Amino acid sequence: MAEPARAKPKPTPETQHFWDGTKAGELRLQRCDACANVYFPPRPFCPSCASRKVSIFKASGKGKLYSYVINHRPAAPGFTPPYAIAVVELDEGPRMMSNIIDCPQTPEALELDMPLEVAFEALDDKITLPLFRPAKG
Amino acid sequence: MRRNAVAVVGAAETTELGVIPNVSQIQLHADAALNAIADAGLKLSDIDGFATAVESPQQVAHYLGITPTWVDGTSVGGCSFMLHVRHAAAAIEAGLCKTVLITHAESGKSMIGKQPRFTAPDSLNGQFEAPFGVYGPPSMFPIPVLRFMKTHGITHEQLAMVAVVQREWAAKNPRATMKDPITVADVLNSRMIAYPFRLLQCCLVTDGGGALILTSADRARDFPRKPVYVLGTGESVETPMVSQMKTFDSSRAFKVAGPLAFKEAGIAHKDVDHLMIYDAFAHLPLFGLGDLGFMPHEETGKFIAEGNTRPGGKLPLNTNGGGLSYMHSGMYGMYALQESVRQMRGIAPAQVPNAKISVCHGVGGMFAASGTIIFTNEK
Repeated sequence: MAEPARAKPKPTPETQHFWDGTKAGELRLQRCDACANVYFPPRPFCPSCASRKVSIFKASGKGKLYSYVINHRPAAPGFTPPYAIAVVELDEGPRMMSNIIDCPQTPEALELDMPLEVAFEALDDKITLPLFRPAKG
Repeated sequence: MRRNAVAVVGAAETTELGVIPNVSQIQLHADAALNAIADAGLKLSDIDGFATAVESPQQVAHYLGITPTWVDGTSVGGCSFMLHVRHAAAAIEAGLCKTVLITHAESGKSMIGKQPRFTAPDSLNGQFEAPFGVYGPPSMFPIPVLRFMKTHGITHEQLAMVAVVQREWAAKNPRATMKDPITVADVLNSRMIAYPFRLLQCCLVTDGGGALILTSADRARDFPRKPVYVLGTGESVETPMVSQMKTFDSSRAFKVAGPLAFKEAGIAHKDVDHLMIYDAFAHLPLFGLGDLGFMPHEETGKFIAEGNTRPGGKLPLNTNGGGLSYMHSGMYGMYALQESVRQMRGIAPAQVPNAKISVCHGVGGMFAASGTIIFTNEK
């Protein structure tokens, strides 16, 4: 029997562009054409001013570690504890949940505000997750 | 809403609390309801308003044999019952019903007749949180803690003291699940659950329920128990995704609901004799003390660590032992309300002498929702 897999997102019409982006190696955000608000998660209107005129753009993929837990138990299917569940503050403003790779999953290694950069991990031929690693340099 | 226009005239928990392997979730609703009906000296046929959460109002109302003219199925997590009290008070004032029953029950430990929670993979939580390994409240609720600690200078020892102090209250309560004294070292050496939180900083998982009965203050005088008046109320919601909170330095939902209730009650913080802040995890009382305006967040850890909220302290907090030591079936708000009502009736196991005003503050989800009820026993 296969190992239990991690929860896999299922895109909706309003989020498809985000998941198409990660598959193409891009972190895509949305910006309001009216008030310039950058927001996440995806939706076809601005949650700040309600304008329906919004644009999709490629984000820098850079951010910093806003907060996290190191989960020990119970572990989610597809995860080996201990593993960090992080919230990343993107340079463009929005925050998103993710995991931190290429880094020990310890309080000593995971310093708040440390610079991070996006890394893409394909779950299958449809879904690629945006993960983050400590920024180089 | 007018102050003191509506009162709690019936309040009870389930006959048993803790591990109840021989009763289903819906029967726990009924057990709590029947106990509250008896407490109020009423018959079920006297109830014309009904509210509950998780289970649908039609499910529980029919099981009880109630025919309501007003229902509320607001289900925003563990503070749903604070919102029910607020909505019920408005409904009674508006003349939509006269006597409201609010029930909560959860077979949280034994899982008998309880629907499993499920996150759809095409929901926003399913797309943007579940893939990163969140799995139940212990992996989600503490996510803001490290940022909150850094911003406000809160220490691990101070967060451990929340559990230590609440165990002191629980020791006075025969119905508390955990009564043995603990130390900061016990907390900081207990099993790691989700860093920075360890076992003793996470709520219990138990079975139980509770029910409240409210009616107009005019009618309340004719009931057998001392009426407990609704002095002020507040509610709000923020987001079901903890990652999308506006900030981890405070809770927007708390900062809306709490001050609304204080404004409606027309009281100052110094007037508060007794305080309940829903403590699913050890950081919640710190958020609550700050967001409700008792003190700056920076002072909250020190305030608790110095013993101000312990038995005999100047601001008795979570006097039943809280979700950390009393019980926590999954949606603890009802038990916080029950303790506030006991304190206002003057019958709590750890009674605060001469308490006249009780603030009861609830959270739903992971800071997703909030409700605040301020009670008084003086009209």
